[in-house]
Amino acid sequence: MEKPTIHNRRIKRFQVIFVSLIIYLVLIPKHGVAQSNDSSVNPTLNIDWWIFSFILIILFVIGYFIYKVQIKNTLAKEKDVWRLQHLTLEKETKDIMEKLKATQEQLIQQEKLASLGQLTAGIAHEIKNPLNFVNNFSELSMEYVDEISESVEKLDQNDTTEDIKSLLGDVRGNLAKIFQHGSRADGIVRSMLMHSRGGKGIKEPTDLNELIKEYVNLAFHGMRASKNPINVDIKVQLEEDLPKVMLNPEDFSRVILNLCKNAFDAMRDKTELYGKDYLPKLSVSTKNLEDSVMVVVEDNGPGVPEDIRDKLLMPFFTTKKGTEGTGLGLSITHDIIKDHEGVLEIDSIVGEYTRFIILIPKTQ
Amino acid sequence: MKILIVDDEKDVEMLFRQKFRKETKSGNLELIFAFSGAEALSILGESDPPSVVYVFSDINMPGMTGLELLDQVKKKFPQISVSMISAYGDSDNYNKAIKSGAKEFFTKPIDFESLRKEILDLINT
Repeated sequence: MEKPTIHNRRIKRFQVIFVSLIIYLVLIPKHGVAQSNDSSVNPTLNIDWWIFSFILIILFVIGYFIYKVQIKNTLAKEKDVWRLQHLTLEKETKDIMEKLKATQEQLIQQEKLASLGQLTAGIAHEIKNPLNFVNNFSELSMEYVDEISESVEKLDQNDTTEDIKSLLGDVRGNLAKIFQHGSRADGIVRSMLMHSRGGKGIKEPTDLNELIKEYVNLAFHGMRASKNPINVDIKVQLEEDLPKVMLNPEDFSRVILNLCKNAFDAMRDKTELYGKDYLPKLSVSTKNLEDSVMVVVEDNGPGVPEDIRDKLLMPFFTTKKGTEGTGLGLSITHDIIKDHEGVLEIDSIVGEYTRFIILIPKTQ
Repeated sequence: MKILIVDDEKDVEMLFRQKFRKETKSGNLELIFAFSGAEALSILGESDPPSVVYVFSDINMPGMTGLELLDQVKKKFPQISVSMISAYGDSDNYNKAIKSGAKEFFTKPIDFESLRKEILDLINT
C-alpha cells in the first residue's frame, strides 16, 4: 500500500466528492421525474429530500471513514519512521557509551601509570642518596688501599708482604667494581628521572649514540620485566664519532622508547603466529649524513600494510585492541621529531620488516 | 665437585671466585663460568657423562633465557641439578622455574650464605 501523501489524500477526497456528485446527478433526474409526475409536490418533495439527505449523510459518513483510515495509515507510517529513527539513535547512543567507557578505562589506566611514574621518580631520587655513598666511599677506600700498598712497598719484602700486596690487589679490584656498578646504577636512575620529567625543554648538544644505547637497553629490559616478555636479538650499530646533535634528550629518549616498544609489541604478535621458528630481531643504527643525522629503528616483525601506513602517525590511531594502546605513542614521537625540525619516514614490507627512519638536521 | 654458573654479567665470575675462595683452595669445589645459555650447554656437553653436577643460572639473558636453559638441561642432562639466580623475584618467574624442574630459586642481590649452604649440602652428600 502506498504512502498516504497529501497528493493521495486529495485524490481520495476528490474521488469521494466525484462519486457524491455522480450519485447526486443520478438523483436529480429521478427527483425531477418524481416532481413532474406528481401534482402535490410537498409529500414527494419531503420524501425525496429525506432520501437525498440520507444519502448525503451516508456519503459524509463514508468520506469521514475514508479520512479516518487515511489518518490511521499516515500515523502508522509515521510511527514506523519514528521507531526506525529511535532504534538508530539507540544504537548510536550505545556505541558512543561503549566508546566512552573504553576511553574512561584507558584514562584510569593512564592515571595509574602516571602515579606509578611519580612514585618511580620519588624512588629514583631516594636511591640517589645511598648511591652517592656507595660511589664515594668506594672511591675513598680505593685511595686508602693505594696508600697502604705504597706503605707496604716500603717494608722489607717477604712472603707476608707478597700476601698482603696480593690481597690489596683483590680489594682494589673489588672497590673498582663497586664504583663501576654504583655509577651504572646511577646512570640508570638518571635515565629514569630524565624520562619522567615532562614538558618541552631546551635543546642541547647531545651524544646521540650514548642516548640510543641507554634507552634501547632500558626499553629491552622494561619489556623483559613486563607481562609478556619475548626474546629479541638486539643489534645496535652506531656510527663512530657521530657529532653531537642539538636535541632535547628527555623528548628524544621518549622517541627511542616508543619506537622500541612498538617494535617489541609488533614482534610479539608475530611470535604468536609463527612460534619457535621466528626469531625477533631489532636493529638500531645511526649514520652521519652531510646536513643531518640518521637514526633507523628496524624490526623483523609483521610489517605495516600500506593502507595503515598513512594513519600510523595520527593521534588516537591504534591497531591494538581495547585499552591496550592509546594510539598516542607514534603521534607524540612524530611531534617531537617535528619539534627538532626532523623527518620521520616509515618503510615496511608486510611479513618481513618495519623500518622507522628519523632524520635530524644538524643545524636548526 | 664442578659447578657451572651462567650469567651474562662478566663480573659475576670475580664475585663468585672470591666468595668461594676457601672452598676452591681446599679443592672441594671447582667453579666454571658461562656467559650465555648456548655456552653453558656446550660446556656441559664437553664430557659424557657431564662433569658438572650443579648449574646456577640467571634468568634474564639475551639469546637463550635461563628458563629456556633450564628446560634444555633437564632434557639433555637430567641428572644435573639446576637452580636459578635472578633479579626478577616475581612469583611468575618463580613458578615457571620450579615447574620446569629448578631445585632452588635465589634472588639478587645474592645472599651468599644461603648459596654457600646449598653448595656445602651438595658437597657433603
